[in-house]
Formats: sequence, C-alpha cells, structure tokens
Amino acid sequence: MSDADALLNARDLRREYHMGGELVRAVRGVSLCVDRGDYVAIVGPSGCGKSTLLNLIGGIDQPTAGSVTIAGERIDQMSDAQATRFRLRHIGFVFQRFYLMPALTAIENVELPMAEAKMARDARVHRARELLAYVGLGERRDHRPSQLSGGEQQRVAIARALANKPQLLVADEPTGELDAKTGTDMIELIAQVNHDGTTIVVVTHDEDLARAARRVVHMRDGVIVDDRRQDG
Amino acid sequence: MLFHLAWATLTRHRSRTLLATLGVAVSAAMLLDMVMLASGMRTSLRNLLLSKGFQLRLAPKGTLPFDTDATIPDASNVIRVVRTIPDVTAISPVLGGQIHVTIGARTTTATALGVEPAVQGDFEITQGRTPAAMNELVASDDFLRATGARIGDTLSAAAGYDPQLRSFTGRRTLVLVGRAHFLYMPAEQRAVGLPIATLQGMRGADARDRASLFMIRVRDGADVDTVLHRLQAALPTVTAVSTETAMRQVDERLSYFRQLAFILGAVSLAVGFLLVTTLVTVSVNERLGEIVVMRAIGVARRRVVLQIVVEGVAIMLVGALAGLALGLVTARYLNSILASFPGLPAAIDFFLFEPRDAWGALALLTAAGILAGVYPSWRGASLPIATTLREEAVG
Repeated sequence: MSDADALLNARDLRREYHMGGELVRAVRGVSLCVDRGDYVAIVGPSGCGKSTLLNLIGGIDQPTAGSVTIAGERIDQMSDAQATRFRLRHIGFVFQRFYLMPALTAIENVELPMAEAKMARDARVHRARELLAYVGLGERRDHRPSQLSGGEQQRVAIARALANKPQLLVADEPTGELDAKTGTDMIELIAQVNHDGTTIVVVTHDEDLARAARRVVHMRDGVIVDDRRQDG
Repeated sequence: MLFHLAWATLTRHRSRTLLATLGVAVSAAMLLDMVMLASGMRTSLRNLLLSKGFQLRLAPKGTLPFDTDATIPDASNVIRVVRTIPDVTAISPVLGGQIHVTIGARTTTATALGVEPAVQGDFEITQGRTPAAMNELVASDDFLRATGARIGDTLSAAAGYDPQLRSFTGRRTLVLVGRAHFLYMPAEQRAVGLPIATLQGMRGADARDRASLFMIRVRDGADVDTVLHRLQAALPTVTAVSTETAMRQVDERLSYFRQLAFILGAVSLAVGFLLVTTLVTVSVNERLGEIVVMRAIGVARRRVVLQIVVEGVAIMLVGALAGLALGLVTARYLNSILASFPGLPAAIDFFLFEPRDAWGALALLTAAGILAGVYPSWRGASLPIATTLREEAVG
C-alpha cells in the first residue's frame, strides 16, 4: 500500500528533551505509516520511546525533528489551537489511567468532546447513549467515575474517545490498570472498535492486546526494530 | 457544559467550597461595611442638612451652627436684610437654650429650640400639631417619657437661670400641643420646641432679639454660592455657611475616618482575592491530570481557563451575595452602637446603604474573582500535555 493510502504518516520522527540535566533521545528517527482501518500495536520495553511516539502521533507533543501527517494534515506544523481543534475532530485518546472527569457522570463525560465540538444537546445526548450502549454501559450512564469499576471507567473513556467519530484512536496502555478478565473484555472491545472502522494505534506491554492487533511494531532505544503483520 | 462542569467540580468538594464561600462572605461583608462607612456619615449628614430645603445657614461670626453658645444679636434686622436678597424664599431663625419644666415636685430640664413655627426646619410633628400661639410648645418622646406629660397638658416652664440670684429670668405656663421628632438632636435628647419670641422672652435680656442660627432657603435653580456671597457682603458680623461648605468642613474632619475605611476595605478585598486564588490554585494542582486530558481530547485552552475562572467567580459571587446580606446586618448592628455616640443627631447614620455601593462592592469582588482564577487556570491549561501526563503517571 502506498503512502497516499495511509491515514497516518510519520517521517523520521525525533524527540529529544532534557531531564535532570541530561539530554534524553526518546525517539531517534522513527518512520511509521498506518493505513486507514489498520490496528497497530507498538510494543517494547519500558523507556524505549513507544509512549513518546504515541504522543507525537496523537499531536499532544511536538517532535524535535520529522513530520506527522494525519489525513493529509501536517499536525507537527499546527499551532496549539489548530492542533487542539484537530485532535477534537480526528483523534480519540484512551489513557492507562482513564482520566475521566470525576465530577461528571458517565454520559456527561462522553458528551464533553461533543459539547466542545458544538454539537446540539439533544444530538449529543442521543449519541452518548448510543456509545455507552455500544461499550456495554447503557445502564450505568448516570454513574460517576467513582461509582464505576476500572474496566467500566475504561469503557467510558473509549466511548468518550469515539464521541466525535475520530479517524484515529490512540491508546496508551489501555489494559495497564485492569485485571486479567477485565483486560480481556477490553481487548475485545478495542478489536470491535477497529472492526467497525476506526484506525487504532495502541501502545502496550500486554501480549494479549498486542496479539489482537493486525500489525505489531517493536521498539527499542527509540527506534523501530521490528514491524510485522500478524495472521488472522 | 462548561458551566455544568464548573458547578459539578465545586459541588464535588462541598465542604471546601462552602468554607471558601463563607470566607469570601465575611470578606465581602467587611468590604461593604467599609464602603458604607466611608460615605455613610457624609451622605446622611448631607441628606439631613438638606431635608427641609434650607441650603444656607447663618451662625455667629467664626463659628459653625450650634458649635458654641454664642448668639447673633439684632436678629430682626438680620431677617430684614436677608429678605432683601434676591432668590431667598424663606428664613428661619432658631434660638437654643435650656428650659426647666416642673410637674408636681419634679423638675425636668430639656433643650429648648425657639423657632418661627411657620417656617421652622428643626422638627417634624409626629402627633398633635405645630405651636400656633405664643404659649404653646411641642416635645420629644424622651421628654414626654421623662415627665409623663401628655398632649393637652399645661406645663410650668422656666428658662434663663441666674446663678447669682438663684432664680429664673422667665417663667411661663405653656400648653403641650404636639409630639415632635427633632431632626438635629440625639435620639435620647429631651427637647421642646416653642415660638422663638417666647423663648427669647423667657431667657431675659441676654437673649432679647437674638438667635443662635438662621436657616435660609433659596429658590430652586438659584445659584446658592451667589446668595452666599451676597449674605456675607450684607452681614459681615455673621458667618454664612452653605451646605456644600459645611460638607467640605465635615470632609476634612472625616478624612482620617474615610482613609481607615478605605484601607480596611482594601484589606478585605485582598483577603477575598487571596482566598479564592488559594482555592483555585489548590484545585488546579489537584486536577492537573484532568486538565491536560481535557486539552488532549480537544478542549480549547481558553475554554479550560474559562471553566476554572467560572469556578472562582462563582465562589466570589455567591460569597459576595451572602456577604452583602451579612454586611447589612452587621452595619445595622454597628450603626445602633455608634448612633448612641453623645451629641450626634439621631438622623446621622455611620453606615448608609446605597445600591450603588452594593453594586460597586459586587463588581470589585467579581473582578477579584476573575483575576483570582485567571493565573492558576492559565498556568494549568498551558502545561505541556505529554510531559504533565508522564509526571502524573509517575505520581
């Protein structure tokens, strides 16, 4: 498949920063092309730069060098406000620690990105209900995060990430805080999301989650050392 | 959604929000009280001086009205001269003194005001009527309580006590025809009002054709200062004071008072500001993860800032509204204490509520609430997303 078919195209990405007076080269010239509808797992040991790469891909960090193009748009050249708007419309985020708004109910958390996108209230409530039903929490929409289990919170986070129908969903260790059973359910849910058309890039230590992806990218010391498609 | 999230965040920590709101309420109450105090006495004095429409006063040379026991001689001539000055519509002479009323075996001493009943501006009748004849008088509540006298009673009164002769210069039998509220006297003052000629007669030779004060009313639209200058030119032996002049003198005397009120008001505002800044800063620091995630999922920086500022303003506004109510209650209480200050007219308020002051205090507090929220929220919303998330993950 050519670059023109790719949803995400990262070219020679580098990310360096100073920590404790030392220069850290977290990502050292990574190029990655992800096709529309693909499901990519980035794996590797702690500190290999996979989360930094995900942040660069997701537009919440700026590369020291290189470029990131998503759906034809150079997000590394966008202003902060432009990047924020782009993320709102095109990228969904799922974090290891869920990061739901604790003061809001599940449905209000899902509504939040839609409200920011100026969707009419009725329409966003309708879609939020649909999404919560989709992730299996239709009956718990009025619960606050503190009243939900870790797995349920992560399901709400996925529903929130899908709120504005993003083309790309990036997830950083989405099963990292879940027990084995809940983690398995989450892996199935993420696979379903991909099956339903959303391109997914996930960073994980979870071998089961990596196995569920169509493609696995191995990183070490800030570079990609292996990149292969999986059967099935 | 933005306001809902701000409200939900505030109500999530109810105790903390409540305590901060109470703190702001106390601060707002003090601010309002200080604003009321800074202008209250001046405004109420001005209202009092203008309440009967007299814009000018004539006092003995070099004094302020009723500042001393001095009197102006040749009162009838003064009246004649004043009436010749254009734009003067009324002149009301007033003679002060003491009167001793004997009922049974008990003698009660009271302050007496001799006035021209038809044009007087010293008292308002609350029951009965104004004295119409030379042998009629009206009295204050306190006088009536002290003597037990009632409207219609005939009283034996004396004035002008001569310590050498140990006798009064004048005794009269007077009929009590009304109960009056004396505008310029303290609340607990025993006072009577009677025709000036009667009091002059009772006080004897010392008070013959004399007055302590003249109050002058000027035609609406006329230039009071012009009339004042004409009075000063025509009557060089008296001091003419306009309400504005009196207010300037009052301002000079009250300047320290106002400065103190201003400083205490500023301190109250600063305390409220620091309280909300502290609360918002703590709240932002606790929620750094949430804030950067909001930014990550596409919430604009200014919206994040606005949401946090709304939280600060909400605390300030609710606290300020509660503080306004609290301020009014405390002002009323403090006013009742200060009103009993010896020698002050009962009509003088130290704390005078004016809607403009309340709006001013509310506006100041709202501005402080906005300022209190802007810096911590902007700082929180400007944090680098990826770095902050990494630090949050590390703990």
